[in-house]
Amino acid sequence: MQFKGTVHRYGRDIDTDVIIPARYLTTSEPSELAKHCLEDLDVEFVNNVKPGDIIVAEENFGCGSSREHAPIAIKAAGVDAVIAKSFARIFYRNSINTGLAILECPEAVDAIKNGDVVSVDTETGTITDETTGESFTAQPFPPFIADIIEQGGLLNRTRHVLGLA
Amino acid sequence: MPRPMTMAEKILAAHAGLEEVVPGQLIECNLDLVLSNDVTAPIAIKEFKKIGVEKVFDPTKIALVPDHYVPNKDIKSAEQAKMTRDFAREQGITHYYEVGCMGVEHALLPEQGVVGAGDLIIGADSHTCTYGALGAFSTGVGSTDAAVGYATGKAWFKVPESLLFNVEGELRPGVTGKDIILHIIGMIGVDGALYQAMEFRGSAIEGLTMDERLSISNMAIEAGGKAGLIPVDDVTREYMDGRTERPYTEYHSDPDAVYAKVYNIDAQDIVPTVAFPHLPSNTRPASEARDIVIQQSVIGSCTNGRIEDMRQAAAVLKGHKVHRDVRCIIIPATQQVYRQCIKEGLMDIFLDANCAVSTPTCGPCLGGYMGILAAGERSIATTNRNFVGRMGDPTSEVYLSSPAVAAASAVLGHIGLPEDLD
Repeated sequence: MQFKGTVHRYGRDIDTDVIIPARYLTTSEPSELAKHCLEDLDVEFVNNVKPGDIIVAEENFGCGSSREHAPIAIKAAGVDAVIAKSFARIFYRNSINTGLAILECPEAVDAIKNGDVVSVDTETGTITDETTGESFTAQPFPPFIADIIEQGGLLNRTRHVLGLA
Repeated sequence: MPRPMTMAEKILAAHAGLEEVVPGQLIECNLDLVLSNDVTAPIAIKEFKKIGVEKVFDPTKIALVPDHYVPNKDIKSAEQAKMTRDFAREQGITHYYEVGCMGVEHALLPEQGVVGAGDLIIGADSHTCTYGALGAFSTGVGSTDAAVGYATGKAWFKVPESLLFNVEGELRPGVTGKDIILHIIGMIGVDGALYQAMEFRGSAIEGLTMDERLSISNMAIEAGGKAGLIPVDDVTREYMDGRTERPYTEYHSDPDAVYAKVYNIDAQDIVPTVAFPHLPSNTRPASEARDIVIQQSVIGSCTNGRIEDMRQAAAVLKGHKVHRDVRCIIIPATQQVYRQCIKEGLMDIFLDANCAVSTPTCGPCLGGYMGILAAGERSIATTNRNFVGRMGDPTSEVYLSSPAVAAASAVLGHIGLPEDLD
């Protein structure tokens, strides 16, 4: 898949409590969750974000709770992809399972600035900063995980495996 | 002969039907238990229904524990609890715990013998790593993984590298399991064990009660760990014998097993520790935190809501009153702990000290209810996270500590140690 959008850049250890505070976990409705995405970190995010935008962050993005509401909120807010130096383990799984594109690429994170326009090709892992013209390649996914992504998430893969799709 | 393996690798290999596994290998495993709560089950149930199977793989191997916003905090959370309850009834889930029987999931399931050594468990709650203290491989996942677990009894895993934490020697007086894990997280950082299994060993760990060990494994996730295992010994066996529903299996790391890194920690270097906002790794000795004035003290949670924690808090609070500017909220994590507090007279100590005591709930730990902070307020808490806005307003602050330090601070009105009360 290919995406192109404006970058919202954040620091390290962005936890799931700031991605979607627990006070909003009384619902799992994506559009409701999206209204409060990143609220405790950047109150302007939900006003500034446009469909197709990209989040860029330092190490350990998505640390903390196992709430799947976090990738759901990010996706429903309009974000197509998250590029980080590293991802917390459960957030990584949840993104793969729910179909939020994530890319690990420390070099890209160091070079890309807030507000840059960036394009992403998830199949090749190519990240291009359209503002500066620089290009980077993200870590490829292992084949097993690439297969889950290709089948549209863990649920679809399970349906295939069980012969229900 | 298979290669030498750690206990984490042995449990994963056994559940994948393989003789051996190596770190980095992607495997599919059979699960002994799939857990979710009233926040994560609703998404898992919706996803489960999309799969297209009628029944869960085994109604005895799914645990549904409403504990986060239960007893229901508002209409929306009542709907989520109802959805969880209806699904449990419809599927005949045996390990569903209604209000009046329920407790904070990671205190409840070990207590009720639902989890044991050698189990492979996934839970749609990040603190599922708690059961590592019993010698299980147990890890937090999201709701979709749980949904697939409900349907198939299987999950995919990347075999993690293991880290060994050897804590040797005698602990200083007043140092608890909570201080050990805060010390370790402070040392390696919130991603110091990212994608890795942590194994805690050594004479200081062997000397701990089961309750303190559970506190240590509980917070493995706060270092990014996938699991936090403690070898099975006589303390574990004594806890599990006559308690676990299923026979348990001991897996011990081979002497020549390979660890990505070994940390040797002198128990004497560990002091009562407090994690300052806004990361669990932001640790300092409690003795250097006396200038922090607090308005609330929370004693409970899946980290420190067990009977041993209640005893430690009561020992400090006995004969004292909570400071007039502090609300001290005590939440025994299960009904059994609650009853035991009454039996041992701890409840009288709490009430005499002017503490508020609540029925089991995760409540304030995740900023749900039962002790939310206003703008700028500070709470010391025996919970596990102090992220921005974790317990309330985004400008409020949470300081993590042991029950003894949280109890002493409640009396003092600022962070302090039990000896400050003398």
